[in-house]
Amino acid sequence: MLLDQILVIIGGLALSTWVAWYFWFSEKEAVKIQTAEGGIQEAVIKVKGGYTPDVLIFEAGKPIKLNFIREETAACSEEVIFSDLNKKATLTPFKTIPIELNIDKPGEYGFQCGMGMLKGKLIIE
Amino acid sequence: MLKEVKSRLPADKAGFAGILDPVCGMEVKSPSKYFIDLDGKRYEFCSEDCQNKFALNPNEYLEKINKIEPSYKTTSSGIEKLSLPINGLHCTSCVNTIEREIKQLPGIKVAHVNYATETAHVEFMNGETNTEEIIGAIKKAGYQTGQSTLKLGIRGMYCGSCVTKIEKELKQSSGVISASVDLGTESAIINYVPGLISINEIKNVIDKLGYKTFDTTSVKLEKVEEKEKVTAEPVDENQAAREKEYKTLMKKFIFASVLSLPAILFSYPDLWGLPAAFQKGTTLLNYIWIGMGLLSLPVMFWSGSQFYTGAWAAFKNRSANMHTLIATGISAAWLYSIVAVLFPGIFPTEQLADVFFDVVFVVVALVVLGMALEIRAKGKSSEAIKKLIGLQAKTARVLRNGNEIDIPIEEVVLDDIIIVRPGEKIPVDGEIVDGSSTVDESMITGESIPVEKHKGDEVIGASINKTGSFKFKATKVGKDTALAQIIQMVEQAQSSKAPIQRIVDNVSGYFVPAVIIIAILSFVTWYVFGPVPQLIYALIVFVTVLVIACPCALGLATPISLMVGVGKGAENGILIRSGEALETAQKLNSIVLDKTGTITEGKPSLTDVITSNGFSENDVLSLSASVEKSSEHPLAEAIVNGAKDRSLEILDAQKFNAVPGHGVEAEVNNRKIYLGNLKMMKKFTIELGSLEEQSRKLADEGKTPMFVAIDNKAAGIIAVADIIKPDSKEAIAHLKKLGLEVVMITGDNSRTANAIGKQVGIDRVLAEVLPEDKAFNVQKLQNEGKIVAMVGDGINDAPALAQADIGLAIGTGTDVAIEASDITLIKGSLKGVVLAIQLSKATMKNIKENLFGAFFYNGLGIPIAAGLLYPFFGLLLSPLIAGAAMAFSSVTVVTNANRLRRFKAKL
Repeated sequence: MLLDQILVIIGGLALSTWVAWYFWFSEKEAVKIQTAEGGIQEAVIKVKGGYTPDVLIFEAGKPIKLNFIREETAACSEEVIFSDLNKKATLTPFKTIPIELNIDKPGEYGFQCGMGMLKGKLIIE
Repeated sequence: MLKEVKSRLPADKAGFAGILDPVCGMEVKSPSKYFIDLDGKRYEFCSEDCQNKFALNPNEYLEKINKIEPSYKTTSSGIEKLSLPINGLHCTSCVNTIEREIKQLPGIKVAHVNYATETAHVEFMNGETNTEEIIGAIKKAGYQTGQSTLKLGIRGMYCGSCVTKIEKELKQSSGVISASVDLGTESAIINYVPGLISINEIKNVIDKLGYKTFDTTSVKLEKVEEKEKVTAEPVDENQAAREKEYKTLMKKFIFASVLSLPAILFSYPDLWGLPAAFQKGTTLLNYIWIGMGLLSLPVMFWSGSQFYTGAWAAFKNRSANMHTLIATGISAAWLYSIVAVLFPGIFPTEQLADVFFDVVFVVVALVVLGMALEIRAKGKSSEAIKKLIGLQAKTARVLRNGNEIDIPIEEVVLDDIIIVRPGEKIPVDGEIVDGSSTVDESMITGESIPVEKHKGDEVIGASINKTGSFKFKATKVGKDTALAQIIQMVEQAQSSKAPIQRIVDNVSGYFVPAVIIIAILSFVTWYVFGPVPQLIYALIVFVTVLVIACPCALGLATPISLMVGVGKGAENGILIRSGEALETAQKLNSIVLDKTGTITEGKPSLTDVITSNGFSENDVLSLSASVEKSSEHPLAEAIVNGAKDRSLEILDAQKFNAVPGHGVEAEVNNRKIYLGNLKMMKKFTIELGSLEEQSRKLADEGKTPMFVAIDNKAAGIIAVADIIKPDSKEAIAHLKKLGLEVVMITGDNSRTANAIGKQVGIDRVLAEVLPEDKAFNVQKLQNEGKIVAMVGDGINDAPALAQADIGLAIGTGTDVAIEASDITLIKGSLKGVVLAIQLSKATMKNIKENLFGAFFYNGLGIPIAAGLLYPFFGLLLSPLIAGAAMAFSSVTVVTNANRLRRFKAKL
């Protein structure tokens, strides 16, 4: 086996491992949302090729308000779906679309775009 | 006159030294560059524009100045009174909660919530708190105020101060909670309490200030609840955004595809047999390649820009999607080509210095085209809900203070009397109080035959009045109307998840990174074990694997079919609550039908008139009806209606007497009539003859026979029964054909129940079941290992509906949101059940086709792209083919889902 082949094998395996680690196993950064005055937990989520932030931590039992701002016209992100909560909203580009939730049960609640390409989740503690 | 204007400035502006522009009303620093002298007075303006306007028609503005009147309710330190409607007050204790919450605010003098009128009366010190804070307090207590949002276009604003001025004036108007005016879009969004101020009054406030209002595309009811707000977000705007995106993508596609033609031509000079001057290794071709390298920049970074932005955004979130795959694929091909063109020397053999610009151009073009086509196809998939939203009437003609006025539908309140003329749309749900007509309710119930409506009948908003005029009282408005609930239910169902989707969710989380790893490992394998030139093969395989994988097809498969299926149901008067209901509905083994109101009409009607002793049918019926007219028994109504249907004369009866447990007696036209059961006849010693036998036969058929005696002689039998709906028998036959065991459940005695069962073709009859035991009987069936559906009326049968795997509620008219049901049939026919099951079967089949297609495509496409077939058949996919396959796989999924739109029940 030639040197370049060995290098390619090592490089390929290393890259594969990194891909697996980065996308599957690395810890995602979660944003903890503070309760504002009036008891509402409010967060702004930017929608552009993904949700920023995409993992949000809330407290159970307090009203949650998510303000989605879709900063693109790509059709992918047109809808945001909270399928565990049976909620859906059409995000008009460059407008703030609020979604109000009230979750009492702690746990993880995913949200995603219409076809599941973009994903995020709410962690209720 | 100018002084006058100045004096009307609000207190806090009194110190301002400027004057007001009579046209736009903004403050102008005097002396202004723009002025007009008129009648000895100088009018100054903020801009040339205002000056010109004034010059053209000074009187209009002068009049306006005179008309401006203060609309402030109180001084800045006064007490303000406020009445706010509150939604959802269920108990008197709620009242205390709200009052307590409001009183916690500063400056509250009085806070009183009236439970009966659902209104809060608040008196507060202006300046210490405001309407918005009070509404906030009510919200904090867990209630919503009846608040509406109005979007209004405003013309004639030129500057920021116009904005503040309008906002201020609006906020000081009673009933306006908040107002936000946007200069850029020339519009205002106003939150207001409908009972306190009307849209016209709001418009007047703005008009008075010298601006012109106009209705924007969406004057929509947006109740405070945010979720409503989201759904009420104008569809048009989203449609426009989609249209724009489609056009942009098509432009990107055309640009990339035009450029891809020369790219394909010069990438394979030997294949096309180009002249020697263009063959590989020539300087000319090298220059052409450099040119292509330059042209590839706009293709990659304009036509393909979304791949990079999408991939980067996902990467930052540690996730990967279709964009990641395409961006990586084309970048690899592009980088290799650029290196090959600019530094061919670094490759060990000349053969390796090849370019793949064609791959970049073609893949970008095709995938962009695929995305554009997908937008188009998806637009069609959501047509059903758009149609529903479009059904809503815009205005209503309401009778107020004796005048007919046209008002926007948002301002219709409960108990309004609304006038509907022939051909008009019925604006909200209600009950006819005057007049009659036929109404086309097909858009709501799916029933194509117009329904006759008389006084006392229910009308459904969005249905169309055909022939007559009538007045009706509004019983449901806003988000409570049948249509609003249907829309909400459909939207919820469309966003719910079918259980089958969970499999996909599990896969899709791993899909894209897995594809990237497969691509890398394929590259390694080809590089190490592949034929010469290894690097080229390895690269092609790498790019092809990335490009062919289509996570979109996988992600779209279920939701898009669900959307079309649920929408199709709504079009046919079938409301499916969730994806789960849809998935369960096609797995049913057994279906339990409640008898009364489901199989039968649910109310008695006249079925038979048998005569004896030479009496005529008409005499017997007419005289009986005359007697029963005075009776209040439900069976009596059936007899009276039966006589009316035959256009028989109904006379007045004298000496009416009800004999409890027996029947009734009365005199009509001096003839003595007895009407009742056997006991009644025996009591008056009437000879019945063969009538007794005939009566037994009728009873066996599930009917209620009543003997009639005229002048002490047996005259015949009148039989009444809860008749079977005309299409029940057919529907039950269809249910059986679908392989379902059909069971009837009823509280009737088994003789009647079996008689009905026999008539409609049901073998298994559960009779004499108490209402509270219906759920238990459903459970017993479930214990037999069956998946059971229960069909009932949603009110009495709620526990059984909830117990069943699928509860189907047969709704009547406007009661569509029946909580216990998984599926609601708006039209009262059993055929709806058949349709619902067929539709769920069709939808699930469609979902499975889509999933199979998507899994099959990826499962087969990726290994082939990786070169699995090469060792056996020497077959290797070109990245160009992969691009085409990828582009059309998701379009195929959407197109397949759209086939469901043509679904027709097999009845």
